Amino acid sequence: MIKVHAVTKRFGDFIALDDVSLEVPDGSLTALLGPSGSGKSTLLRVIAGLEAPDRGEVEVGGEHATHLPPQERDVGFVFQHYAAFKHMTVRDNVAFGLTIRKRPKDQIKAKVDELLELVGLAGFHSRYPGQLSGGQRQRMALARALAIEPRVLLLDEPFGALDANVRADLRAWLRRLHDEVHVTTVLVTHDQEEAMEVAENLVVLRDGHIEQVGAPREIYERPANEFVMGFIGPVSQVDGTLVRPHDIALSDKPVDGAEKATVQRVVHLGFEVRAELIRGTGESVVAQLTKSEADALDLRDGETIWLRSPTRSAEPLSA
Amino acid sequence: MTSTSRASRLTLRLIALAYLAVLLVVPVGVVFYRTFEHGVIAVYDSITTPAAISAFFLTLEVTLIAVPLNAIFGVLAAIALVRGRFPGKRLFDALIDLPFAVSPIVVGLALLLIYGRGGWLGDWLLDNGIQVVFSTPGIVLATIFITLPFVAREVAPVLREIGDEQEQAAATLGASAWQTFRRVTLPAIRWGLIYGVVLSTARAIGEFGAVSVVSGKIGGETETLTLLVEKRFQNFDLAGAYAASALLAVIAFVTLAGMTLVNKREEDTT
Repeated sequence: MIKVHAVTKRFGDFIALDDVSLEVPDGSLTALLGPSGSGKSTLLRVIAGLEAPDRGEVEVGGEHATHLPPQERDVGFVFQHYAAFKHMTVRDNVAFGLTIRKRPKDQIKAKVDELLELVGLAGFHSRYPGQLSGGQRQRMALARALAIEPRVLLLDEPFGALDANVRADLRAWLRRLHDEVHVTTVLVTHDQEEAMEVAENLVVLRDGHIEQVGAPREIYERPANEFVMGFIGPVSQVDGTLVRPHDIALSDKPVDGAEKATVQRVVHLGFEVRAELIRGTGESVVAQLTKSEADALDLRDGETIWLRSPTRSAEPLSA
Repeated sequence: MTSTSRASRLTLRLIALAYLAVLLVVPVGVVFYRTFEHGVIAVYDSITTPAAISAFFLTLEVTLIAVPLNAIFGVLAAIALVRGRFPGKRLFDALIDLPFAVSPIVVGLALLLIYGRGGWLGDWLLDNGIQVVFSTPGIVLATIFITLPFVAREVAPVLREIGDEQEQAAATLGASAWQTFRRVTLPAIRWGLIYGVVLSTARAIGEFGAVSVVSGKIGGETETLTLLVEKRFQNFDLAGAYAASALLAVIAFVTLAGMTLVNKREEDTT
C-alpha cells in the first residue's frame, strides 16, 4: 500500500504538486495519467524519495517514508531512458542491488538467472547495455528493479523512448508480468491507451491536481469533467456538449431527432472509420464508426447524411 | 572530379604534415640530435650529475604530490559544478579557469607575496619553522595552482553527458552515496579522469614560469628539471641543457604515449 497525504511540491515558482492525496492498493497496477507538466512524474519521484515534498506525508508499505532516503524505501524504480549502468554487463546490472546488500554469491546468481528468464533475457548475461535494443534494455532495467524484491515498483514512462511496435508488445508483457509477480506497481504515462490497457486503476492528473481516480471503464464512461473526458478518449463537440465520436449515430435517411449534415472527409483507419461532418449550423463534428457501418452507408465525401447525437450516454457528470 | 578532390586532399595532408614538421618535429629532433652529438656517454654523464639527479627527483616528487591532489579536487569540483546547486556557482566555475587565464609568472609572484618574507602568511609560517617560498612546498603550491583546471575540465563534460539517472537508479537500489560514486560514477568518468591526470602530469613536469619565481633556484635543492635546463643554457653549457631537455622530452613522450594508449582502449571498448 502506498499512501500520499496532502503533498505539495514546488520548483521555484512552478507548483508541480498541489495538495495531492492518493492511496494505491496493495498488489494493484495503477497508472498516473496526465499531460506533460501535470505532476505525474514528480508524484512518482516523491514516492520513490528522489524528490522531497515541500509539505505532506508519504507512506510506503505501512511505513512512514517522508523522511527516508530512496535507499531505505524498498522501491524499484524504472526510468524512461533505462538508466542502465553502461560499464556493467547485464548480469552485473541486475545483480547490483543484491551485491550492495552483500548477498551470498550463489544466491545472487540464482536470482539473476531467474529474473533474466522472467524478462526474456536468458543467455544475455555477458552482454553490455550498449549491445541491447531499447526494449531489451528496459526489460533489463525492470529485472534490476525487481531483483531487490521491492515493496513497490515505480515505472516512469517506461515505454516512452521505444518504437510503437515494441511499446505495444512490452505493454502486454508488463501486464502478464504483473499478474505473475503481483508487486504493487505505479506506472506514469501520458498515453491514455497505454494506461487503459495495462492498469486496473487510473489516476488522472492535471496541473498538479488529481482530477479523477477509478477503473479505466468507469473513468471512460463517467468522466468527472470535460478535461478527463477529453483526455481519456476522443471527443466531438455538439451544441457545446462533449460527446464520444462513436456515440454519434449516422443514417442515410431521415430518422427521428436526426439532423442533416454534409460529409466533408472520410478517413479509413482499418477497422475504424472516421467521418468529418459539417452540420447545418456550420459546426464541424467527427463521428467514428466501424468499417462495416461505413460500408453499409456507403459514405463518400460531399454526400448528405443524417446524424443523431447522443442525448445522455456520455454527458459529463457535474463533477 | 574524383582526381581533383584526391589531389586537394593530398595537398591538405601535405600542408598539415609540413606544419607539424616545421613547428614540432624539427625543433624536438634538433634537441635530440644535439644531445647525442657527442655520444651517449656524455649524455649519461650530464644527466647523472648530482644536480641533475636532484632535479629529476624533485620534479617527480612535486608531480606526485600535485597531480593526485588535483585529481581529487578536480573530481569533487566537477561534481559540484555539474550536480550541485549552490550560490556562487558561476563564480566558482570561472575561478577554476583562472590558472589558464593568468600568466604563470604572475602566479609565482602572487605566491611570493603571500608566503614570502613580509607576505600575508609568510612571516607567521617562518616563525613557526615552515619555509614555503624557496623550498619544495612553494614549488608544489605553484604546480598545484597551474595544473588545477585540467581534471575538473575533463571530467565535468563527461559527468554532464552521463546525466544523473544512473546515480538515482543506484540510490533506489540501495547504494549509499560513496557506493554510488565508486561503482557507478567513477567507472563512468574514468576516461575523462585519466585524460585529465595525464594532461596535469605533463603540465606539472613542464612547468617553468611560476616555479622559477618561487623556487629560488638553489641547485641540488630547489631546482626542477626545467629550471636546470634554463640554468645550463644560461651558463653556456649547451650540451648539458640539451641532455636535460631530452630527458624532459622523453618524460613528455611517455606521458603522451600513455594518453594515446588510453584513448585507444576507450575507442575499443565503446
